[in-house]
Formats: sequence, structure tokens, C-alpha cells
Amino acid sequence: MPVNVENMAKVFSRPRSLTDARSTYCPGCQHGILTRIIGQTIDELGIAEKTIVIAPVGCSVFAYLWYKCDAVQVAHGRASAVATGIKRAKPNLFVLSYQGDGDFASIGTAESIHAANRGENITVIFVNNQVYGMTGGEMAPTTLIGQKTTTTPSGRDAAQFGYPIRFSEMIAQLDAPVYVTRQALYDTKRILDTTKAIKKAFINQMEGKGYSLVEVLSNCPTNWHMKPTDTNKHVAEVVTDIFPLGDLVNRG
Amino acid sequence: MGEKLLMRGNEVIAEAAIRAGCQCYFAYPITPQAELLEHMAENMPRLGRTFVQAESEIAAISMVYGAASVGVRTMTSSSSPGISLKQEGISYLAGASLPAVIVNVVRGGPGLGDIAPSQCDYFQATKGGGHGDYHMIVLGPSTVPEAGELTMLAFDLADKYRTPVMILADGMLGQMMEPVELPMPVDIASLPKKEWALTGAKGRDPNIVLSFDLDPEVLKQMNLELQERYRAIEAAEVRYEETETADADIVIAAYGTVARIAKTVIRMARAEGIRLGLFRPITLWPFPYQPLKALSARVNTVLTVEMSAGQMLEDVRLAVCERAETPFYGEMGGVVPTPRGILSEVRKYAG
Repeated sequence: MPVNVENMAKVFSRPRSLTDARSTYCPGCQHGILTRIIGQTIDELGIAEKTIVIAPVGCSVFAYLWYKCDAVQVAHGRASAVATGIKRAKPNLFVLSYQGDGDFASIGTAESIHAANRGENITVIFVNNQVYGMTGGEMAPTTLIGQKTTTTPSGRDAAQFGYPIRFSEMIAQLDAPVYVTRQALYDTKRILDTTKAIKKAFINQMEGKGYSLVEVLSNCPTNWHMKPTDTNKHVAEVVTDIFPLGDLVNRG
Repeated sequence: MGEKLLMRGNEVIAEAAIRAGCQCYFAYPITPQAELLEHMAENMPRLGRTFVQAESEIAAISMVYGAASVGVRTMTSSSSPGISLKQEGISYLAGASLPAVIVNVVRGGPGLGDIAPSQCDYFQATKGGGHGDYHMIVLGPSTVPEAGELTMLAFDLADKYRTPVMILADGMLGQMMEPVELPMPVDIASLPKKEWALTGAKGRDPNIVLSFDLDPEVLKQMNLELQERYRAIEAAEVRYEETETADADIVIAAYGTVARIAKTVIRMARAEGIRLGLFRPITLWPFPYQPLKALSARVNTVLTVEMSAGQMLEDVRLAVCERAETPFYGEMGGVVPTPRGILSEVRKYAG
């Protein structure tokens, strides 16, 4: 029997603040979920017309294509410093710095820590998938002990490469940040939790409260060599052991 | 124009930047440009403008990139080792067509070098110190008042051509005190609007600032547009000064502090009957090739004098070609050539 769509209520659609550009992320990658959550939150708070998206270097280098917002593509690791420049120059703009683990927690270590320590009134989304996806699966600062990558072919050995860095815990030691949290995307509950956290981090900036960091544990089916469904299980059972979920700072 | 004040070069550059409408200044301390940073720390907040002491030179230039992308006038300053760190950001500014002013109060190098005046960063400044096919406008002030004038000009040129502009000073110019008449402040509200700036996509399509495209044909096009702009700059913005060249047999080619010393040498040489003149590039990029080419046809010798091993010398030789002799005299490591030292070089080519 033919269905008359004219009379059906529309219950789900692309957020207004997202473009229809084709995704450059791999199938099963959770960057897509996160992009949707951000778009949804921008819509809900009605801030598309004042949002500046900062696209980093890494898999999310094309982030400037996803949002119907002004955007700037920046050098590897410098997103938090660029965010500082934008926010200090134009405090009324909403500044979203979207950064991967290599960007935020390795090459951008100084910029990340010091933007947080100055309490810049910005929102940082830190996507931790424990691998360098864009360049072909090399070790990240967050790569787990024993995890095989193209630069740790026998697995990450602490004696040689150190330990996965809990960067959000480092940020949480500082006096300035108002909100530091670690979330995940491996099931519906975690997706809803992440949505709540991002909304809170956005509102913090809108209310001028200061620096908010939402770390999101993500996946990489391509470079973990796992089916997307198995990556969910891996994050839930293994990754969260090293990177526990929850709020680290909540001074909001 | 305002009252006459006795001021240090570094302070004059800072104050000129404020008067040019610099809204955001980001920097990291380094000798011999610390007074510049300190002047900004004291005055920018008082004017309701932004001063941030960054965690590094890399962060400072990245903050400049952010502030430039939203359309405000912005500046950073440093000295040689710090400018090396800023090269990443300068390349991104050039690639993204963002206007900004960068001050290099050059000190002796390479490596940590020393804190004495030098001109050893000429190659880095004029030939593209970072990665990629780019140039930035490079202005070489020779006196403290001129440092102020060129700083004002730097902001205008940066906006006009959407390019980073460098003030290439040196430790002597930064530290020296001279009487200056400060320029009148510009009316920020009257500056041309930057339609490309990130102001929030309200009632228009999003503006995107980037130096990136994975499609070689698109990136080639972006490069061609940059090159076209560079040709326009070369055609319109060459600046130089000639002193006593009309009857000269020998001219010194020098910029910055050395050109200033050369003016003393002209008096000394002419007292001995040597017809000496000076050719002083003010824009080091674009270099005044044509005026120097024309001059070189009328003289025997173009003696390049620099506080380096001979960097501008290469541009001088490109301009002069074989039309005149092109010897070189230089000092390195922060040693400043004396008038007597230069004069004894000049004597070698006289008569």
C-alpha cells in the first residue's frame, strides 16, 4: 500500500546548522555522531549566526564544511591559541574549538594547557580515539598500552613510548577551567550524556563563565581494524578503564 | 601631529601600532624587544584593547591568526630566535590571506646567538622564512621616527593586500632613544570594512578562512591569486631613499641601522674628495631592483654594507648585474660597523 508522506509528521531531520556536504569520515566513525550533536546544540541554543568553528588538522580538518557557520582552518595543535585570539578580539562570538587527540594532547600541548589556564571563555571538544587516523593509524599520545599502530607495530610499550596521557585530568588540576568532563558515544545513554555535556559547555561560554572542555571517547574502525559494533564494545570495556567517564571539574 | 617626545625605538613601534588601531597584541618576552611588550602591557588594557602574554612565540602568532581572521588589526613582536618559531604561523597567515604585523628586532645568530644588533635575518624575512610559495612585505626602518612611520604604514599595507607585513628592525634601533613626533591616531571606525572576516554568518553564506585545499588545481589557483597580489605589491609599493647619488662614483647599499651609519660615512668621504652616495632600500621586499639598476649604470661601485655575512648583497647583485663592481663589507655576531671601518672599505674603491 503506498504511503502518503505528505500527511506524516517529520520527526527527524538534519539540524538546520549543518550543511549537506558529503562526510569525509570513514563508515562507522563517531565523528559523524558528534558533528550531529554539535549541530543540534547550535540549533537549540540559536547561535549559528555567531558561531566560529575552528577546524584543526587531522580527520576533522574538513570541519569547516559541516556547519552553516563561519569557520577557520588552523595549524596543527594551535586551535586553542587561535580560539584565544578570536574570543579576545570579538568576545560576542561563540568560539568552538574541535580538536583530536594528536592535535590537543600532543603537538598542541602548550596551547591547550595555557588556554585552559587563562580560563579563556571558549568551548573545546577534544575527540580521543587513541590513534592518528588521517595520516594512516600512527600512535597517538592516548594510544593504549599494547595497542598496535603503524608506529607501534608490536604494540605500545610503556618503556619506549610512555603511557596514554590523561590530558583532561591534567587540565582538571588547573584553577581556571569551569567544566572538564569525559564522555563517550558507544551507546544511546552515552550519546545522550555527551549531548547534555556539550550543551552545558556551550551555555557556560554563552554565560561568560569561562573555559569548558568536553573530551569525547571516539572510535576508529579503520585503524583499529575492528567492525564498528566491536569498537563500541572496546570503548565500553577497555578504553573507559584507562579513560574513566564523568565530570572532572564542574564549577558551573 | 603631536608633541615631540624622547622615546626608544621599541616604544615608538608599540605606540605607533596603538595609533594605527592595533586592537590585539600577543607576544612572548625576548631581548632586545622587551620594551615593546612592556609598553603594550601597560597601554593596551588601559585603552580597552587586548594584550596577552602568550605561552610561546608559536601561540602568540596563532593568536594573531585568530584575531586577524575576525578582522581586527593585530600585531606580534619578537627577536630572531622567536621569529624562527613564528614561521609556521606566518606561512598560515600568508596562505589564508590574513593581514597582520610582525616586528623582528633582529639580534645576532644563528642559534641563541647574542642580544646585540644584527641584520642576519634578511633572508628569512624577504625570501619566505616558512614553508610554501609566499612573500610578505618587509619594511626596514633606519631611524626611530621612521620606525613609527613604517609601523603605521605596515597596518595599512597589511589590510590593503591581505598579507602579513614585517618590520625588520635591529637591536640598536629598538634600544636607541631619539626625539619623535608621534603620528596622529587613525579613526578605527573609518577603516575599510573587511567583508571576508569571520563575524558570524548572519544574513549571508558562511565566510571560511583557510590556507588549505586537497585538490591541486584549486590550490594552484589559490597560489596564482597570491602571486598576482605579489606582482601588484611589487608594482606599487617599492620604497627607497637615495642620498647624494647625483654625482657619486661609489654608492653604499645599506638598510636600517647601517644606512644611518653610512650617512656619516658620506660626510667623511666627501671631506676627502671621494664622491660617495647611499642607496637605501626601505621596502626590503619588494626590493627596489629597478631604481638600483638605474643607479648602478651611473656609478663605478656599489658597496653593500650589512650586519651579516652578505644577505641583501644577493639582491644588490641581481639588480646591478655587471654594470658596476659589487664588493661587500659586513660585520657579524652583533658587531656594529663603525664609520671609520666603512670609510676604509670605501677608500679601496676610490680613485
